[in-house]
Amino acid sequence: MTALRCTGLSRSFGALRAVDGVDLTVEPGARHALIGPNGAGKSTLFRLVTGTLKAHTGRVELAGRDVTRLSDVARCRLGMSQTMQHASLFGSMTAAETVALAVARHDGGRISPLPRRRCAVRARADELLAEVGLADRGDVPVPALSHGERKQLEVALALACRPSLLLLDEPAAGMSPAESARLLALLTALPKEITVLFVEHDLDLVFSLADSVTVLHLGRVLLSGKPDEVRSSEAVREAYLGAGRREELFLP
Amino acid sequence: MTAVQAPAVPGGAAAVTPRAPRGRAWIVTVAVVAVLAAVPLFLAPFATTTLTRILVFALFAVSLDLLVGVTGLPSLGHAAYFGAGAYAAGWVSIHLTAQAPVPLLVGAGVGALAAALTGWIAVRSSGVFFLMLTLAIGEVVQQLGNTWESVTGGANGLTGIPSVRVAGAPLANAGFTYWYVLAVFLIGFALVWLVARSPFGAALRGIRDNEPRMRAIGYPTSLYKYAVFVLAGGVAGVAGSLLAAQARFVALPDMGFVTAAFALLAVVIGGAGSLWGACLGAALVILVRDALGPSLGGHGTLVLGAVFVLVVYLLPRGAAGVRLPRGRSS
Repeated sequence: MTALRCTGLSRSFGALRAVDGVDLTVEPGARHALIGPNGAGKSTLFRLVTGTLKAHTGRVELAGRDVTRLSDVARCRLGMSQTMQHASLFGSMTAAETVALAVARHDGGRISPLPRRRCAVRARADELLAEVGLADRGDVPVPALSHGERKQLEVALALACRPSLLLLDEPAAGMSPAESARLLALLTALPKEITVLFVEHDLDLVFSLADSVTVLHLGRVLLSGKPDEVRSSEAVREAYLGAGRREELFLP
Repeated sequence: MTAVQAPAVPGGAAAVTPRAPRGRAWIVTVAVVAVLAAVPLFLAPFATTTLTRILVFALFAVSLDLLVGVTGLPSLGHAAYFGAGAYAAGWVSIHLTAQAPVPLLVGAGVGALAAALTGWIAVRSSGVFFLMLTLAIGEVVQQLGNTWESVTGGANGLTGIPSVRVAGAPLANAGFTYWYVLAVFLIGFALVWLVARSPFGAALRGIRDNEPRMRAIGYPTSLYKYAVFVLAGGVAGVAGSLLAAQARFVALPDMGFVTAAFALLAVVIGGAGSLWGACLGAALVILVRDALGPSLGGHGTLVLGAVFVLVVYLLPRGAAGVRLPRGRSS
């Protein structure tokens, strides 16, 4: 069984076919990278997979189950969880409150309309914050966090949903090299039960984390395979740099 | 976290410091309630009646603050449920019984039902679209009230509402009515305050801050918005039943645009999201409209307009924001 299978997925905006008949298969436990030049349709494909955007044609299957017609909320409840490209959080909350919101929803129990002491929720939130390296930042309001810390908080928030499939949209964008290295360590340490599909421009990160890579170009899949195949592909080099350019895209 | 600690209402409000330690907040709360309870013993009947009107409008404003301040849904049609509750409570008092909890419960039920019947359209939108949809719903409900003359009395209003009876005896004077309204106000305020501090309330603030992200972490936001819309309608219905008990007359303007706009004004002046700020705003609105208005030759609303402009310029977070630096640096 596959963790995620997309077949013939398409979406256009007016005359622009942002995603055009994409087939994508992600194996369980994979660290699958989605790369491609700007405008390749990576973000649109992500939004089709998470359900924030409806596909015009095609199917999305999550662990063998057809979720094409389900909303983003239902897909999240089935184990699909995401981080956003531009950290998108809650301006009036602290880091711990943010994570607690997702923990309360996914760790059983109703959302009570009356005040509760929620020691278990708070403890789990602190544990997740520690996991992403925000151990002592729980009581800091979100707007006071640095950009890198917000991206880390995004990851904690996504993990709090107890995902089986984790979708990361440019997790390292705007991060310092140190923050990026810490993120890589965190993602490498994730248990194999969590399948990861991620979009990333930082090709160093892609090739140190990914065990399979799909290259999108102009809304279509250019190539899908092992990192080494992608590295040596002439077509990928052309898509990124144009046919006339002979620079090395992937430094050895 | 929206800091909501003490149900401060005019009288003792100046003493409230919302970020105070728990113990002090309780002391302030008890003091405010004690002062409010003692007021009819010292004030003239007219002043007591004005204070009663303030409490009625304050509970209505608090129910609206649950939508505007906590959930981020600015409504211009909330008076529809206030008016529906008032008409229902008045009608039941005239035709069935005025025995204490009955008009109240009927008002709450009808307010919630009206919100349930109309809210599902509104909660599918947000922001300006929500504002316009609720405005339209409010106008439609008011037209219904105008047309359904056999029940509402049409343009003449619903007259001859008997006073509420508690334990068999009618509330004979302004002081007893005040205590009845105060008791119901405190219960209603406590209910909204508890909901705002619950996990459900945290989810509502999440929706206010970032609805798409709430959906992405698995919250069915439309359902939550619908639930809080119905709850706010129910509390507005309770406030409406208090209006029927206090004024013993319900007219179409009570469910119309101007009443809804005044409530929104009260919430904004007081500081959206703090609940007790909405009470301060309601006090100001009622005082200017009813107490100050006559001495200005009926130009009370002009003063309200000026106050509103000043508040938006000087205190963008309302009265509640003055002592409460909620604006965390970003």
